[in-house]
Amino acid sequence: MKDLVRIRDLSVRFYTYEGIVYAIDDLDLEIRQGETLGIVGETGSGKSMTALAILRLVPFPGKIESGSIAFFDRDSGSELELLKLREDRMRAIRGNKISMVFQEPGAALNPVYTIGDQISEVLLLHRRQELARQARERLDTLLGDGNVAAAALRKPFWRWQRRVYDKIAEEPHALEPRLLSHIPLFRRLLRRLREEAGLLTVSMLKDVEIPDPVRVAADYPHELSGGMKQRAVIAMALACSPELLIADEPTTSLDVTIQAQMLELFRRIKADKGASVLFITHNLGVAAEVCDRVAVMYAGRLCEVAGVDQMFAHPLHPYTKALLDAVPMPGKELQTIPGALADALNPPPGCRFHPRCPSAMPICQQERPKLKAVGKDHMVACYLY
Amino acid sequence: MNTLVDIRRLKKYFPIVGGVFRRPVGAVKAVDGVNLAIKRGQWLGLVGESGCGKTTLAKTVIRLWKPTGGRIYFDIPDAVKAQIEALESGDGNNRELTSLLKENDLATFSGNKVRLFRRRAQLVHQDPFTSLDPRMRIKNIVAEPLKIHRVLAGQAQETAVKDLLTRVGLSAGQLERYPHQFSGGQRQRIAIARALATQPEFIAFDEPTSALDVSVQAQILNLLKDLKKEFGLTYLYITHELLIAESVCDYIAVMYLGRVVEMGRPEEVFHTPRHPYASSLVAATPVPDPKRRVGRIVLPGEVPSPANPPPGCAFHPRCSQATNECHESDPVLEPVGDDHYVACFHPL
Repeated sequence: MKDLVRIRDLSVRFYTYEGIVYAIDDLDLEIRQGETLGIVGETGSGKSMTALAILRLVPFPGKIESGSIAFFDRDSGSELELLKLREDRMRAIRGNKISMVFQEPGAALNPVYTIGDQISEVLLLHRRQELARQARERLDTLLGDGNVAAAALRKPFWRWQRRVYDKIAEEPHALEPRLLSHIPLFRRLLRRLREEAGLLTVSMLKDVEIPDPVRVAADYPHELSGGMKQRAVIAMALACSPELLIADEPTTSLDVTIQAQMLELFRRIKADKGASVLFITHNLGVAAEVCDRVAVMYAGRLCEVAGVDQMFAHPLHPYTKALLDAVPMPGKELQTIPGALADALNPPPGCRFHPRCPSAMPICQQERPKLKAVGKDHMVACYLY
Repeated sequence: MNTLVDIRRLKKYFPIVGGVFRRPVGAVKAVDGVNLAIKRGQWLGLVGESGCGKTTLAKTVIRLWKPTGGRIYFDIPDAVKAQIEALESGDGNNRELTSLLKENDLATFSGNKVRLFRRRAQLVHQDPFTSLDPRMRIKNIVAEPLKIHRVLAGQAQETAVKDLLTRVGLSAGQLERYPHQFSGGQRQRIAIARALATQPEFIAFDEPTSALDVSVQAQILNLLKDLKKEFGLTYLYITHELLIAESVCDYIAVMYLGRVVEMGRPEEVFHTPRHPYASSLVAATPVPDPKRRVGRIVLPGEVPSPANPPPGCAFHPRCSQATNECHESDPVLEPVGDDHYVACFHPL
């Protein structure tokens, strides 16, 4: 399988008053086409930051310090270097080719717009040409099947509309429609674009199994339950059929039965649309449910990457083992990881896990272990192997 | 083992007010007729989804809220309870009943009596980031219950605070610090120390680990285990994570929309659940083992609003087993095995 995203030597640092925080430290990771890659780790391990770095949305005072993120673009068939792209081209990728679902659906939606408006916005931004083409076709059918040109003559305003939509279909940022959109009254010429987007939105909502999608599209976020909101956010992320869907703890704020519905939905979406999914979670159970491969992060670094069966059956890194042992399981004595999470400001030298590691060696304190392959599709950063 | 906390037909409604005169127009039935007995030394796990009334139940039992109806007996001999029941069912001496209730029913207590009770029962809140006063030093936070209940003062109080904090795994050098200087796990330890201050017999935990990471969660759970053994405590432990409930609790009660739908020992409730809701809850829980992916039941729909619960069995709109009977009448908890109770007309 080909790589969809290839991250190499990625470093993200936060320049704070207290000092420099190494949020991500030389990360190497691939996301393959059509797979679900899970990133697992505790608070502050840098899992969300990895997702934000792919979208180049690292918040101030953070900075992507070095590295490269190569993204294979299906449409052009070429590889894009995301970290070197111009901002306007990056904006054309966000929400279009790479989209994201956030943890808190209530915070991801704007409370003063309806769900339908917010999903339409994505389509109006990234799918303008297709919408214009559809709007024109609909206009033609409305004008009658017969002689379109003759019918259009009788309705000069509709003729103008047709021309405007043709222009948008050719060039989404053409001058005339752009000017028109700023003039009251004439703005109505473009209303069919919105109508088309609205129709698409309803079908998107139906796709994520929302009952009564027409009503939900007209609802405001506060009128929906948490599970419904998360479905709407997923619909928004899927609106442009992205190649990569990043899900940052999408089920953390939901109940178990709703969570089960969501995981089912993610699995179906992946099968239907063939998108790759980057699934960030701290819940190992959820990772075991949905992921094909799992990457474990600790204090900004990768510990282990492996296929999901391999990871849960034969974990190699001491941190992965400890993490799995800390999950309460009936009939098993609860194991704790001694000590606290590594201090982000003054991380321990060498392997960052060594102060808490039961099998730490002298070399662990001095040198950072490199990620090395220890089997088919299994990589681990530890001196034990 | 005798029963320490005995909850009978407990109800807690929150009024919905409307109109110009703010008159009640309805009620959110957060807890609607719960029967629950917690034995001395038991670790009772209360599981359910958000909005099912777990927290309300705990806060009502601790008497942070006054119940709308029902009885709560805390450390009352069975003979007295039987006497009250007998007086209630027959129309015997009403004055005697009132005076007995006043003495024994926690639900009717007020003022000083509640305060005396709270010395013996404490609550640990869900979020350690909001349950500690950011402007108080931790030594004052832990000493506050001692001051309020006038248990200890002066030098003895200081030593007690120091002992408590070292007992929960913090060092005496951290006494002067403020809550923001601690991590989530440490803050939860402080909250636990505060709950232990008055040497209670009963502690209610409201999802104490839901804001914590897995490794820290394991530390806190182990601490709770040790404390329980050391001080002979009784726990009411609220959680929505079934794996935790199954691995630490002695007894499980599953709640749905203000009612207990199933009670039993964890191995029974989680391996042979009899209530359709409990069984789908078990099936929906993700287990860190990719081989167990198959055979899940995905429950359709969402939890209905407790302000307007469906008639009959509250679960029937989502239930695959539902029949006409479920629409019309309300099932009560009935024994289906050894110490195993289910409120369902068609148990699995």
